[in-house]
Amino acid sequence: MAQLHSRDFEKPIEAAERELEELRAELEEDGSLGSADTSDDLKRLEEKVRKLKEHIFSTLTPWQVTLIARHPKRPYSLDHIGNVFEDFVELHGDRLYGDDPAIVGGLATLDGTPVVVIGQQKGRTTKERVYRNYGMPHPEGYRKALRLMEMAERFNRPVVTLIDTPGAAPDIEAEERGQSEAIARNLLVMSRLKVPIVSVVIGEGGSGGALAIGVADRVMLFEFSTYSVISPEGCAAILWKDGAKADTAAKALKIGAKDLLGLGIVDSIIDEPLGGAHRDAKAASINLKTAILKSLSELKGLSVDKLLEGRYEKFRSIGVFKEDSA
Amino acid sequence: MVWFKKGILAKKSEEKTVKVPRGLWVKCNNCAEIIYKKEVERNLDVCPKCSYHFRISAKRRIDIIIDEGSFKEHDETLSPKDALEFKDIKKYKDRIKTTQAKLKANDAMICGEGSIEGARVMIAAFEFAFMGGSMGSVVGEKITRSIERAIEAGVPVIVVSSSGGARMQEGILSLMQMAKTSAALAKLREKGLPYISVLTDPTTGGVTASFAMLGDVIMAEPRALIGFAGPRVIAETIRQKLPEGFQRAEYLLEHGMVDMIVNRKEMKSTLARLISHLLG
Ligand SMILES: [Zn+2]
Repeated sequence: MAQLHSRDFEKPIEAAERELEELRAELEEDGSLGSADTSDDLKRLEEKVRKLKEHIFSTLTPWQVTLIARHPKRPYSLDHIGNVFEDFVELHGDRLYGDDPAIVGGLATLDGTPVVVIGQQKGRTTKERVYRNYGMPHPEGYRKALRLMEMAERFNRPVVTLIDTPGAAPDIEAEERGQSEAIARNLLVMSRLKVPIVSVVIGEGGSGGALAIGVADRVMLFEFSTYSVISPEGCAAILWKDGAKADTAAKALKIGAKDLLGLGIVDSIIDEPLGGAHRDAKAASINLKTAILKSLSELKGLSVDKLLEGRYEKFRSIGVFKEDSA
Repeated sequence: MVWFKKGILAKKSEEKTVKVPRGLWVKCNNCAEIIYKKEVERNLDVCPKCSYHFRISAKRRIDIIIDEGSFKEHDETLSPKDALEFKDIKKYKDRIKTTQAKLKANDAMICGEGSIEGARVMIAAFEFAFMGGSMGSVVGEKITRSIERAIEAGVPVIVVSSSGGARMQEGILSLMQMAKTSAALAKLREKGLPYISVLTDPTTGGVTASFAMLGDVIMAEPRALIGFAGPRVIAETIRQKLPEGFQRAEYLLEHGMVDMIVNRKEMKSTLARLISHLLG
């Protein structure tokens, strides 16, 4: 349990939960668990835990939300894929250079409907984290995603993408193999892909590396996810010349769910279980499934022309500026 | 640009420049030679000694590429708006105001139409001096409108990039300009109209990772820095020295990322040839 609450602001929840567990163990030991006298105490403590979660998670600062979005116990793409879809068959490789473990993808069904699902994948253990490159894809990852999306188009399958990355890999190999081109091409091809696309930010929506699988008809995000042009630390280092100002930068960048909805970047917010998706991955996945099914059913009846027109307009209309009318 | 520093300049240069007023001479960023400014200007802002390409303004770029008297600017009144009420150590609003006053420009891009050796084109050029040529809503909108106008008119599009990437002060709105511009280019492709992307020093971040790398033909100026992540970010991430010439135009050519490296002097004629090949 102690490991679960790895964020400082979650410590009060952790303490109350420990108290609750201890009481339960104590009652069990002296055989009074379930008796009328003691259930009041239990109920009071349970209520305390619930209230704490409610309070802490309804007043999170944007920086705290960032930390939840990056929580090491947060459900990742493969967790959600296992919970939401049936019969997932993972497919590998971009047919050009290699297979990138930072992006997974393949064929699956969703309530019986065949789909192509693609997601950015982080690792849980140290070894896995390195293997998945901390969820930072290389060009071959984006090119694998593109290959799968083009396949989806050929077989007339809707595409579901799960976004969860700090950003595209910034290293020599990525530059050598054309990181920019890989991302740019995805933006271009996704904008005209002739099947419905639904994208969900399940954790971190880190800049161009996230957008590269996010040009969709419906863009949604989990309540405690973020979507940003740059990481708060990166922004703080450049604009405040002080990486420690990440909390200030997180606030200024407007990277949280409500701001993103207000700015028209996402179409809807997917609720998380009380205390965040990392406390109940299954419950989070159920909400995710409902949201994807709803979006796909809205898109299902549209002609290809209408679909593409809507997708174009969705991104075409983003931007705020002044202009003198002639 | 302070260049009257003892010990930095070659002795010969000091002798040559010491008695003349500042402003008439420039020091080459590459070979450190002190050159008569007029001579550099006559040479299209390219060092006559070592061929170093100085960064130039959007207006100067258009003057160099577009036939004299044929340029008509579009969307000149488009101006940034502080949608996020962003404030770092300075308010974005104030940053816009001071930069606009200093540069007499609304934002980091000039776009319009004109002809290149008689062929009509839509052109958009970055103003790097305006907040590092960063792309916010105005830049994204100007590029998108340029592409849409080209589709309407059935003419090619040329974008000359010089940008540090997305504009942080416009947050997620600037990120989405990548998708917006790329989607417009996808439509241009369907119409069979050429798009030529010209990469100049420096082109990085969200600009490279969208329209800049999507040209039917991509050309770069010699030695231009071009990349997704900036060299400092990469060096910090991998904690090792970057190889010589990394992310320079020549490196990109070698790795198959650009079609050609073109000297500024040949830029206009090369564009004209490409257009006639693609549309002729
Ligand atoms: Zn020189």
